Amino acid sequence: MNADLIQYLLRLGDSAMVQAQRLCQWCGRAPALEEELALMNVGLDLVGQARNWLEYAAELADDGRDADHLAFRRDERAYRNLLLVEQPNGDYAVTILKQFFYDAWHFAVLQGLVRSSDARIQGIAAKALKEVTYHLRRSGEWVERLGDGTEESRQRMIAALPLVWRYTVELVDADAVEQRLFQAGVIGNLQQIALDWQAQVEATFERATLPVPQAASHFYLSGRQGVHSEHLGLLLAEMQSLPRAYPDATW
Amino acid sequence: MYAQLVETGVKRLKTLDEMSEQERAFQERIDAEIKIEARNWMPEAYRQTLIRQISQHAHSEIVGMLPEGNWVARAPSLKRKLQLMAKIQDEAGHGLYLYSAMETLGADRDTEINKLHSGKAKYSSIFNYPTLSWADVGAVGWLVDGAAIVNQVVLQRTSYGPYSRAMIRICKEESFHQRQGYEILLTMMREGNQAQKDMVQDAINRLWWPSLMMFGPSDEHSPNSAQSMAWKIKRQSNDELRQRFIDQTVPQLELLGCTAPDPELKWNAERGHYDFGQIQWDEFYEVLKGNGPCNQERVATRRQAIEDGAWVRAAAVAHAKKKANKNAA
Repeated sequence: MNADLIQYLLRLGDSAMVQAQRLCQWCGRAPALEEELALMNVGLDLVGQARNWLEYAAELADDGRDADHLAFRRDERAYRNLLLVEQPNGDYAVTILKQFFYDAWHFAVLQGLVRSSDARIQGIAAKALKEVTYHLRRSGEWVERLGDGTEESRQRMIAALPLVWRYTVELVDADAVEQRLFQAGVIGNLQQIALDWQAQVEATFERATLPVPQAASHFYLSGRQGVHSEHLGLLLAEMQSLPRAYPDATW
Repeated sequence: MYAQLVETGVKRLKTLDEMSEQERAFQERIDAEIKIEARNWMPEAYRQTLIRQISQHAHSEIVGMLPEGNWVARAPSLKRKLQLMAKIQDEAGHGLYLYSAMETLGADRDTEINKLHSGKAKYSSIFNYPTLSWADVGAVGWLVDGAAIVNQVVLQRTSYGPYSRAMIRICKEESFHQRQGYEILLTMMREGNQAQKDMVQDAINRLWWPSLMMFGPSDEHSPNSAQSMAWKIKRQSNDELRQRFIDQTVPQLELLGCTAPDPELKWNAERGHYDFGQIQWDEFYEVLKGNGPCNQERVATRRQAIEDGAWVRAAAVAHAKKKANKNAA
């Protein structure tokens, strides 16, 4: 049970961390000053959440590693984030679609976690849910603006969609770890999460006048199992460079 | 100081007798320490000087995100990453309030940003230096934000109301950044290994003089100061502010166990101030002209961001129009 829970906490923490890392890469390059603020704000929330999840995972694992060690010293094969969040930022259409698909999933997951049988999870999720409610509203509004904005923005969204969509398969299919945690009352109903995610995507895409693609199909990688795309290694190489170069250092 | 060498377009101060009735009333209001507000009459040169100064200040906040952005993806711990992201977010926020303060003077944000991109508008010379190690993030917080605060604390009393109020808010956040920056360096010096201690000293060696240059040219070469002081846009001279910064910073430097790259830096009991060596003004003017180590990259990055984002902003405008039309129908 603890092993499952640790795995699950790493999944939550790693996804938040990697998504935030991608947002950091926008710093100083966003399309408007208001977006600089929003991107950094969302990223800040996600690093805070990652810290909470990883601290809990570290306590349960109790193997001498702390949350910083988990974030900055684990190899890519030990990372458990969703494939979606490790994908490169691309243009703003790609960035917004990634954020929206992640937010819609995150929101549905957290709605289950606030009713967790585990009080610590409940507490972390309650705070995160407030933040993610805003993230989802923001990214959903951007999907609408870009989908139903100008002809160029619409074409860019249509071009971005297949690049991002295939990675959504992980958002709607649960594995055995998650099934067991659901049985134990630790996490929410997985079917419900998938349905909520789908409904959120359909409603937002309708407002954005964008077509919803057919459900994505499995394609032999699994972020949850640590089998990532090639992008994660480079992302971590940058993020972990200082703690790796100076393993005994205190910062 | 985030604004340097701000042109006033005025060659010689007018005496009260030489002023028109309106000008005199304006100057008397300033002399009586009553804030000028957006709706009050003001001389065109005062308005233009403020637009130049506030936009320079706003541009500095935005360009200043870039040297920190160079490290935000490499912050070495969760705590440091959170702190740096929060600091960068604050800077974007400062840019926003300052552009808003500038807009109260009738200036347009996009027009002023275009001047930055075409090289016509300046921003603080300090951001044209590279950040080469994590210690630079600490040193920027401590020295650069520290120098900015010395200037901005005084600007809280500047004569233009919206600028003064923006400064009050910004100063609170900047003080926090400065303490955080210093704490980064203190941790590296007290708990760090030799490589980290070397990074700190190296960062100070590189950023010390450029930080002193932030206050602008010495008073005898500051042609616009007299008018800016009479208008109380500026409240203290560049040299006074620079001296205050040095006096408050040297004890902090000693507490770190580091040194400044200035053999002439020493306490002068007679003056009650630290003496310091000659600033390389040639370097300052070259950097301001666009010939510093990172000028080209900084401006190119900002220009690229705004160009790449044009379609996003256009989409937002088009969507808002569609929505407004739907609501009206």
